[in-house]
Amino acid sequence: MNEQNDRELREFLKSHVPNVRDGLERDLWPDMLRRMERGARQVPWFDWALAGAVAAALLLFPRAIPVLFYHL
Amino acid sequence: MELLERFAAGEMDAFEALFRQFQAEVFGWVVRIVRERATAEDLTVEAFWKMYRAHARFDPAGNFAGWARRIATNLALDHLRRAKHEVPLEDDFPAPARPDASVQRETRERIALAFGELSPKLRVVATLALVEDVPHREIAEALGISESSVRVRSFRATRILREELKDLVANHERAK
Repeated sequence: MNEQNDRELREFLKSHVPNVRDGLERDLWPDMLRRMERGARQVPWFDWALAGAVAAALLLFPRAIPVLFYHL
Repeated sequence: MELLERFAAGEMDAFEALFRQFQAEVFGWVVRIVRERATAEDLTVEAFWKMYRAHARFDPAGNFAGWARRIATNLALDHLRRAKHEVPLEDDFPAPARPDASVQRETRERIALAFGELSPKLRVVATLALVEDVPHREIAEALGISESSVRVRSFRATRILREELKDLVANHERAK
């Protein structure tokens, strides 16, 4: 009975869900190049986190600023 | 050096060659899951961007098509999670004209709603297995799960869809 129900459901879906046009109609390489360009400009989240941590440390311990400059 | 080795080494022209070779295949797979051409194009590009960044982790002795499909499937799944209950079944893919267009439209809306009731994990399996007739083994490989997990998900999805659509399925059977 279950198998029959499954078969009926499949047949019903196939006759009512339109087929997808799964052929690619244009070259996506230009989009890829744009994505790569955008990605290259993005700063990774851990760089922002590191910058935030350093800024917070300098605010909390201003005396560390000359030490930081010395090490830079 | 072979193409895959050059890709793994980070050579741009190797990546471009692989992109051109596999873009249609990846798009074709993704569009069958998300069922929107524009979204599928974006996800295809995003998938290749992920592959490009992960080139160093790719094993040149491995299967690039399978790796690409796995990455693209995960992105499609993420998209479905974000889109939640939006299930496009008609805009991009007009069905053949039928005598009773309003009934047909209503039926498709009910189907879209029923698919919207499924979690993204179940929806991917239901779409690929029930609508697209993709073998369970292929779905399992793309999702990185076992075939038995696919069977379980397909069973659960079928049960939900059958419940949601039982009157329509019965009418369909009667009309045959």
